[in-house]
Amino acid sequence: MTVAALSRRRFLIGTAAAAGGFSLGFHLPFAAQAQEREAILPEVNAWVLIHPDDTVVIRIARSEMGQGTLTGLAQLVAEELECDWSKVTTEYPTPGESLRRNRIWGNFSTGGSRGIRESHEYVRQGGAAAREMLIAAAATLWKVPEAECSAASSIITHNPSGRSVTYGAVASLAAHMQPPADVRLKDPKVWKIAGKPLPRLDTRDKLTGKQVYGVDLQLPGMLNASIRACPVFGGKVASFDAAAVSGMPGVRKVVQVDETAVAVVADTWWQAHSALLALPIVWDEGPNENVTSQSIAEMLKEGLEAEDAVIGTRIGDVRTELAGDVKLVSATYSYPYQHHATMEPMNATALYTTERCEAWVPTQNGEASLSLVAEVSGLPIEQCDVHKLHLGGGFGRRGWHQEYLRQAVILAKAFPGSPVKLIWSREEDMLHGAYHPVTQCRLRAALNKNGEVTAFHMRISGQSILWPLRAEVRETGRDPAVFQGLNDGGSEGAFGYTISNLLIDHAMRNPPVPPGFWRGVNLNQNALYVECFVDELAHEAGIDPLEFRRKLLVDNPKHLAVLEAVAERVGWGKPAENGIHRGLAQIMGFGSYVAAAAEVSVTGGELRIHRIVAATDTGHIVNPAQAERQVEGSFAYGLSACLFGECTIDGGRVEQENFDTYEVMRMDQMPAVETILVPSGDFWGGVGEPTIAVAGPAVLNAVFAATGKRVRQLPLKNNSLAV
Amino acid sequence: MARLTINGEIRDIEVAPETPLLWALREQAGLTGTKFGCGIAQCGACTVLIDGVATRSCALPASAVGPDQQILTVEGLSNDATHPIQQAWLALDVPQCGYCQAGMIMAAAALLNSTPTPTDDDISAEITNICRCGTYNRVRAAIKLAAETMSASRKG
Repeated sequence: MTVAALSRRRFLIGTAAAAGGFSLGFHLPFAAQAQEREAILPEVNAWVLIHPDDTVVIRIARSEMGQGTLTGLAQLVAEELECDWSKVTTEYPTPGESLRRNRIWGNFSTGGSRGIRESHEYVRQGGAAAREMLIAAAATLWKVPEAECSAASSIITHNPSGRSVTYGAVASLAAHMQPPADVRLKDPKVWKIAGKPLPRLDTRDKLTGKQVYGVDLQLPGMLNASIRACPVFGGKVASFDAAAVSGMPGVRKVVQVDETAVAVVADTWWQAHSALLALPIVWDEGPNENVTSQSIAEMLKEGLEAEDAVIGTRIGDVRTELAGDVKLVSATYSYPYQHHATMEPMNATALYTTERCEAWVPTQNGEASLSLVAEVSGLPIEQCDVHKLHLGGGFGRRGWHQEYLRQAVILAKAFPGSPVKLIWSREEDMLHGAYHPVTQCRLRAALNKNGEVTAFHMRISGQSILWPLRAEVRETGRDPAVFQGLNDGGSEGAFGYTISNLLIDHAMRNPPVPPGFWRGVNLNQNALYVECFVDELAHEAGIDPLEFRRKLLVDNPKHLAVLEAVAERVGWGKPAENGIHRGLAQIMGFGSYVAAAAEVSVTGGELRIHRIVAATDTGHIVNPAQAERQVEGSFAYGLSACLFGECTIDGGRVEQENFDTYEVMRMDQMPAVETILVPSGDFWGGVGEPTIAVAGPAVLNAVFAATGKRVRQLPLKNNSLAV
Repeated sequence: MARLTINGEIRDIEVAPETPLLWALREQAGLTGTKFGCGIAQCGACTVLIDGVATRSCALPASAVGPDQQILTVEGLSNDATHPIQQAWLALDVPQCGYCQAGMIMAAAALLNSTPTPTDDDISAEITNICRCGTYNRVRAAIKLAAETMSASRKG
């Protein structure tokens, strides 16, 4: 799909009547059309609806999956709107509605820590425009110049006379005002709502069971489905015996969804799933039945020395320098497949008739979902829509790869007029992920007599996430995302170290395991490779790791500032408590500068992570309380990967089918996390992902300090730390 | 058919006996606050209390629960977030995606039933639910806060 394809299309029908706000998930199927006709809600503009009782509804196009974007974006709109924050609620517009209104809400895609940094300007402009229209409405009512009026906390005041009116009283008149040609946004220094550590808007319903996630959706007449696709990547359904289960309780139909998958549709999900487990299916395992983790590792290993590689960054002449009279240091690292393992398994609900197709889906990319619904239903896109639901975790899984939605629409087509909810079992979810790609990395560096790095070569061999998604990547073998954090400048990750001879290159090797965007994406392993190896270099040079990095970061003060912040807080250079050892790491990515310091102990070969200090410079911060939560959570995610995370492959399939074999961090392993927010103000960086990348290397460098052992093959659980 | 006492109410539920309690609650009783996470009692998203004890409902047949046993779900803790545990969660703004939180809250309720003033080690040992967003430290702090307020109200 594609957002680009959508944007080229123009749907100008009914924009005047299309003001209907859709109450997420609760309206009856197809009720949207009726709402559109009535156009009853008091929409000031696309971003802001205000009810007569002064309740403000702020429309949020990006998806909420726990990262707090919903609250943060609402704060930005409310700041400019000058409304009473205690009266703010939110709703998602539908992607279909957006399309009908010329993509008035912009991009729906929620990934790459872009939710706020990519849309802060136009959502603030939306809030400011609505404020100006409300003021204009009051001025019209009072027959006074707009310039004599001001707005604060949802009240407009005519300053000379002291008259005032609430937003709710003038909202419907404001909707008829001419939107201002341009608006001036506030200086963040005077923010009153944005920039403040406000509680999330969506907490209460998550404490009572009222929050409706995709798996919870109930629609009248809804059927339920459970599915199995061939567990071997690239395999197909050879045959299945529907008669064996068609008499089981509640079963409506056994449906071959496509050449790879079979589903059972029943009255309840448990009935559908029970029948699916009993359904005899014979698989044609296809060309990958002999693929193993070992065969994949061999494939990548070859790429470490291959002549042919795509160059990411090249400065000076690395090869000549490495061949000279220098101290050569070399190491090879590897990073395994990881699974997103969202707590809410993949799911989608679809309703199809010959005239219309709608889907209800927890999605990180509502427009991609809409495009898919149109494609699979075979209906024109203007006869389709998607209703977004809060996600029970996203982490990159539910944006580009929405095969569960494809399957749900196919199943709905088998039951026209009846909604069908498809929920993947945990096993299905684990076996059909969009896995964090595998890479290996060989690093070579030269140290001179002063312990300075005179040459640095980083060869990455491995998988490209963009290869299956973009034709130009397949044609050129160049995936720019592979170099995240290693670029020669740029917002997506500038390599911070100044080295006179530098070469970073990539040999693309694509095993038949589908890769995806996994929270932190390629920054995760790139930071681990660079920061662990720089720690090795410091050790070889006999220089303190902080001092060693200071010299290398001489040209990049923002990289250095976050590192200094964590070093100071953790007490670097001062004695640690008995048995406690420290490690450092820094990186830049997703527009932000991040660093971490870890304190660990290793006793009898057992690692304990006691404390993490993390610093992040995101330029601006919209909600420091939520930023802290994101940083803290990113260490649970990043350290899960570092310590345990691994999908192994045997027989062309993933071996870990559930949380009994796919180990993740739990309460007893979670370290204390201290977050230092150091927004330096002149840019907008992401929050949700970048600090994940420093979790692993900070801990592994501390593990070296504790044991003298370098962990180079992840996850750590496969390495003995016994001294 | 199963006769179950859910949140203080006796319910006759039309369900095959081997159906896990989780799915009887979600699909027959209409209580979707209790979540499906793994189906093998690993993640704790489905945690409910049975006679005050934290129980993973995804791997327990509905028929294994007697009509006299008290099943408590998050909806029964309080419908309006007024229970001290929910209040502590609200005060510390604990949830991120929120999907695991009902299970966390119910596990916390069981812990505070048996251990009104839990230590860090008690919390680590008893709260084994998975949260992928990484709310663990705030869950821990909220349990301690709830323990304080519940203890104060007992004394008061």
